[in-house]
Amino acid sequence: MKTSADLDSSLYQRLDDYIESVKEKPGILINVLHKAQEIFGYLPDEVLEYVAEKLDVPVSKVFGVVTFYNFFSRKPKGKYQIKICLGTACYVKGGDKVFERFLEELEVEPEEPTKDGLFSVHPVRCLGACSMAPVVLVGEKDFYGRLTPNDVPSLIKKYREG
Amino acid sequence: MSVAVVASTVLICAGGACISAGEKSVKQVFEEKLREFALDSVVQVVETGCMGACNLGPLAVIYPEGIFYQKLTPQAAEEIVVEHLLKGRPVEKYLYKGPAGEIKAKSQEELPFFKRQVKIATRNLGVIDPTDIDEYIGRDGYFALMKVLKEMTPEEVIAEIKSSGLRGRGGAGFPTGLKWELCRKNEADQKFIICNADEGDPGAFMDRSILEGDPHSVLEGMAIGAYAIGASRGFIYVRAEYPLAIERLNIAIEQAREYGFLGENILGTDFSFDIEIRIGAGAFVCGEETALMASIEGERGQPRVKPPYPVQSGLWGKPTVINNVETLANVPPIILKGAQWFASIGTETSKGTKVFALAGKIRNTGLVEVPMGITLRELIYEIGGGIPSGKKLKAVQTGGPSGGCIPAEHLDVRVDYESLKELGTIMGSGGMVVMDEDDCMVDVAKFFLGFTVEESCGKCTPCREGTKVMLDLLEKITSGEGTHEDLEKLKELAQFISEASLCGLGQTAPNPVLSTMRYFWDEYIAHVEEKRCPAKRCKALIRYVIDPQKCVGCTACARVCPVAAITGEIRKPHEIDPEICTRCGSCMEVCRFDAISKVSP
Repeated sequence: MKTSADLDSSLYQRLDDYIESVKEKPGILINVLHKAQEIFGYLPDEVLEYVAEKLDVPVSKVFGVVTFYNFFSRKPKGKYQIKICLGTACYVKGGDKVFERFLEELEVEPEEPTKDGLFSVHPVRCLGACSMAPVVLVGEKDFYGRLTPNDVPSLIKKYREG
Repeated sequence: MSVAVVASTVLICAGGACISAGEKSVKQVFEEKLREFALDSVVQVVETGCMGACNLGPLAVIYPEGIFYQKLTPQAAEEIVVEHLLKGRPVEKYLYKGPAGEIKAKSQEELPFFKRQVKIATRNLGVIDPTDIDEYIGRDGYFALMKVLKEMTPEEVIAEIKSSGLRGRGGAGFPTGLKWELCRKNEADQKFIICNADEGDPGAFMDRSILEGDPHSVLEGMAIGAYAIGASRGFIYVRAEYPLAIERLNIAIEQAREYGFLGENILGTDFSFDIEIRIGAGAFVCGEETALMASIEGERGQPRVKPPYPVQSGLWGKPTVINNVETLANVPPIILKGAQWFASIGTETSKGTKVFALAGKIRNTGLVEVPMGITLRELIYEIGGGIPSGKKLKAVQTGGPSGGCIPAEHLDVRVDYESLKELGTIMGSGGMVVMDEDDCMVDVAKFFLGFTVEESCGKCTPCREGTKVMLDLLEKITSGEGTHEDLEKLKELAQFISEASLCGLGQTAPNPVLSTMRYFWDEYIAHVEEKRCPAKRCKALIRYVIDPQKCVGCTACARVCPVAAITGEIRKPHEIDPEICTRCGSCMEVCRFDAISKVSP
């Protein structure tokens, strides 16, 4: 198996350890892909080929599964992933306007990282925080509720300055 | 002389909304200050699941008095420790105040939001620490499992659930006891029970709250179900978007194993059962049971033809029961208190309670559990506190992308499975999104179709292609290009898609269009005939204008406009160039002189 130089072999080691611990379980492919995405940040093609070989399933099946589920990404994401809820409650409270403002301010397309690699903007399905609508989740933990488009510039600034 | 020390308990809500409102820093200050005043040995700080009153967060309740504090800050926490816990004087400024400014200190008894609620599925939310199995046991946790294993046969368990009238809370409302019985009757060497925690309906978050706030009740419900149908393995299929729920489930499963409520020979009987978590990967269709099972098997989550039903041939071809989170959380109380007790709540055909998530244009957003059969008006106005900012209620959306909109004139409908169906919507999982006069019903229909197009798995042509065509038509209409012929075509497609699709997603996808057409036909006509959006929501049909009489030339709008569409000299009325304007609405939001408005056409 050929691996490119920029994907650290220690990352593959972590993936191997995980696969070793679960490979007896039936239907474990999705869990392995979750782990791989957690380790590599996204799912480059070579990782998918690697997973296919390790689990002894056709590469076509791995690609089929990865492209079916929204959660898996074959493209790199920004350091800060800005997830904008476009569930019904957020939508009626103007979540779509917040979303558009993020794209304008960062000058990006949805799901694409900014040129400096700091941000990527992702429209997501209901985050289950409807009472705080409209909500934005930065990374895994930072929730922001009751946002207006005019809150967007300062929010970006906060992360840009660290 | 002995000094009597009365221990207090500070329950802090650690539900999603309270966490995002700053719960962690409040808790930290509580703990720091209690240590500082050496109160930490007599005052206990406990993080609980969602208390429900999400718009008032962060929340805390202090016992034994039961004083309810809201909208807390670190500063508030410090004051409460010093005044309330140290000196025994509740801090008034953080108590809940009614609309007339009257102080209401004891939430559960005095707040209308709590008063009408009957908590069964959410009985432990906001009361116990979800990461501590002992607190669950302290609230009769696992007693129902013990009763079932020691005193009841599987057939008796099924009979009890059947006569309670419990129906699935995930949407379709299939009788739970019957489902268990059908599965029990199928002989097999292996059976499964699955908890469907793939809560995907936008606007619904009760499953998330139950999993985060009371995970053991779901585990106990599953174990009882497993005993009833004869399963030895269970899976919880939970959304990847709910990391906290996954974390708390993992903790709960570990603890339950440690205490012998899961694993081999549970409570010394020959019943063995264990649970594994499987994490979804962001596909709405996986809430459909056959798709869900495909996903657990590691495949693309595409539905298949039924029959065979999962109770006949489910996960890996074995008989399988799939129950929703809220359904399972209802099971232990039914076993403990009896079917008759449960059946005495609710209506003739819809027994018990239902948890609703109130969101959208409503004052009290959050989670409420109420008896089935309550009217929509009571739910929205008495419990939900009505519509903020004096706007008129237009519709209540229920059932997510599979449901529909109930217009204001039907507010007196009793909320149960059958009545909602008659109005052209469904109970669904219990999300209720309230819409007011600013919401365009054609736009809402378009929103849901956009969702369905994204989430259609692609297997059936009517759903995959048909919903896309419907979306294109709606886009045409909302941009002012629609014709009467398009409206007819929409109706025709809606009929065809719901008849010709394989699974519930496709069959119900046209519902938002059909229901808005049924009740808000005039809005469709306004878009088509007059090229006008009555709610002034559809961007292509509106313009933002500045009233020169009201504009004082403060330049606030010009400064905030992201595309520099606003020009004008300082202290002189400004103007918006409609060619440049992107209709983002930022200007209207910052104007303090009410000088900017939307017009259509």
